[in-house]
Amino acid sequence: MTPRFRHPSVLPGFGLTLGFAVGYLSLIVLIPLTMAFLRALDLSWDQFWQAVAAPRVIASYRLTFGAAFLAAAFNTVFGLIVAWVLVRYRFPGQRLVDALVDLPFALPTAVAGITLATLYSSNGWIGQYLKPFGIKIAFTPLGVIVALVFISLPFVVRTVQPVLEDLEAEVEEAAASLGAGRWQIFRRVIFPAVRPALLTGFTLAFARAIGEYGSVIFIAGNLPMVSEITPLLIVGKLEQYDYGGAAAVSVVMLIISFILLLLINLLQRSSQARSSGEVAA
Amino acid sequence: MSDSAPRDPVSAATTEPRFVRVALVTVALTFLTLFLFVPLAAVFYEALRKGIGVYLAAIADPYALAAIRLTLLSVVFAVPLNMAFGVTAAWAIAKFEFRGKSVLITLIDLPFAVSPVIAGMIYVLLFGAQGWLGPWLGAHDIKIIFAVPGIVLATVFVTVPFIARELIPLMQAQGTDEEEAALVLGADGWLTFWRITLPNIRWGLLYGVVLCTARAMGEFGAVSVVSGHIRGLTNTLPLHVEILYNEYQFAAAFACASLLTFLALVMLAFKALIERRALRQRRSALAMETSS
Repeated sequence: MTPRFRHPSVLPGFGLTLGFAVGYLSLIVLIPLTMAFLRALDLSWDQFWQAVAAPRVIASYRLTFGAAFLAAAFNTVFGLIVAWVLVRYRFPGQRLVDALVDLPFALPTAVAGITLATLYSSNGWIGQYLKPFGIKIAFTPLGVIVALVFISLPFVVRTVQPVLEDLEAEVEEAAASLGAGRWQIFRRVIFPAVRPALLTGFTLAFARAIGEYGSVIFIAGNLPMVSEITPLLIVGKLEQYDYGGAAAVSVVMLIISFILLLLINLLQRSSQARSSGEVAA
Repeated sequence: MSDSAPRDPVSAATTEPRFVRVALVTVALTFLTLFLFVPLAAVFYEALRKGIGVYLAAIADPYALAAIRLTLLSVVFAVPLNMAFGVTAAWAIAKFEFRGKSVLITLIDLPFAVSPVIAGMIYVLLFGAQGWLGPWLGAHDIKIIFAVPGIVLATVFVTVPFIARELIPLMQAQGTDEEEAALVLGADGWLTFWRITLPNIRWGLLYGVVLCTARAMGEFGAVSVVSGHIRGLTNTLPLHVEILYNEYQFAAAFACASLLTFLALVMLAFKALIERRALRQRRSALAMETSS
């Protein structure tokens, strides 16, 4: 490989480090991942279609992507409030709360799964209070959403927090001195500034929630057509040695999430353009 | 509740009325209580519900101990491997200009975008009995899937980006001036790395290691697919928790879960501690970058 430098560098080790990094990434990630696509291509079109478009599989896509979307949306609203409260206000135990927001990143998903299933079952700490209202969470699609809210909770908080911290007080003061009310300042000054971060947080949460497996399977009940997520379906196919089917469903899942993330990225770009336009105006 | 605004000298014009502040803090804390604090408390409550005897017995169980050993083993492989990858990738990306750099940065993040189940699956497709290399491995009596190597591989896959992601922006911000000075003064590459680069990135590196360790310890989906769930042999601690739970041994399941939760809390404490120092390191790097 003949690297082409924009700036010639005197530092050594370019070939060694790049070679190792690219080789490692290829061996661990890229080549194995390509195999999944090749395996799916081994199927005939009919086999492929049967694997990825069976009613049970379609139902699982709807649940997986729908629940991930709702969980990420829920976290966008509450994540903004949490980030706001952590940056703008002071209350007792704040630093502890701040540190604990990352718990879903550190806690093994299986632990989250069995705990949430226990809490939200009809005789659990939380589930027992919902039962009189006829709300069942554990072993229903709602349970899937609860698990996904838990595992994707930190993303929005952690992307919005630094933006709020860096927001300059002067802009708000100027708006206030020009007679803007608090709500108006939030809507016209603060919100446009955090909107890109909010979208990034949403995207990360959404992407993470789509693939989640460990926390969901305990609370979902895993009823085919009702509360069975796509990753579980893939595991099921693997257990029956239907490697081709598993690869086909995985490829479809990867492609759908890729397209969705691309769309959100485009949305974000236009949102960013709008934000800077608003600031300029 | 003392909820005065942090930027206090500023008048009421840039903060909200008191009732709004109290309401927002209440909403935030209620949300976090329901989704974070109650589950956290429930793990320990359920673990100790049947008494300390049951708790200790669950953890001292030979299968549990074997699971702990295997979990530690996968951490011991995953963290140094991904550390070597993170440091080399960050060195190449941050210190040099080359074509395809942004593609490489994107590819490093790929494991985050892939479902853990798919991560496990690709290794089954490669090394499983009916996988690409399955017949060859079978003929040579090498077991990867449903054995320890598969578990290590799956863990490595899901934790690939953690350290690299921390180091790349840090080293990009730090630039190459200090290394160039060392080289001009006669140090060789290794000496420059050990004496200049490594001290500069140590907090960022440690931060990445903590994140990587936490994820490696707790990985479930990917490991579950390649493990085969053989007790005492291919069960990691999270898989052991699953088995116990599915056998209705709730107290034992939560006992093992509490162990993982405790480790997660230790990681969070570490993280909070390092975070401030890592942040300071990055800020000073950025300050130097803008001043030069």
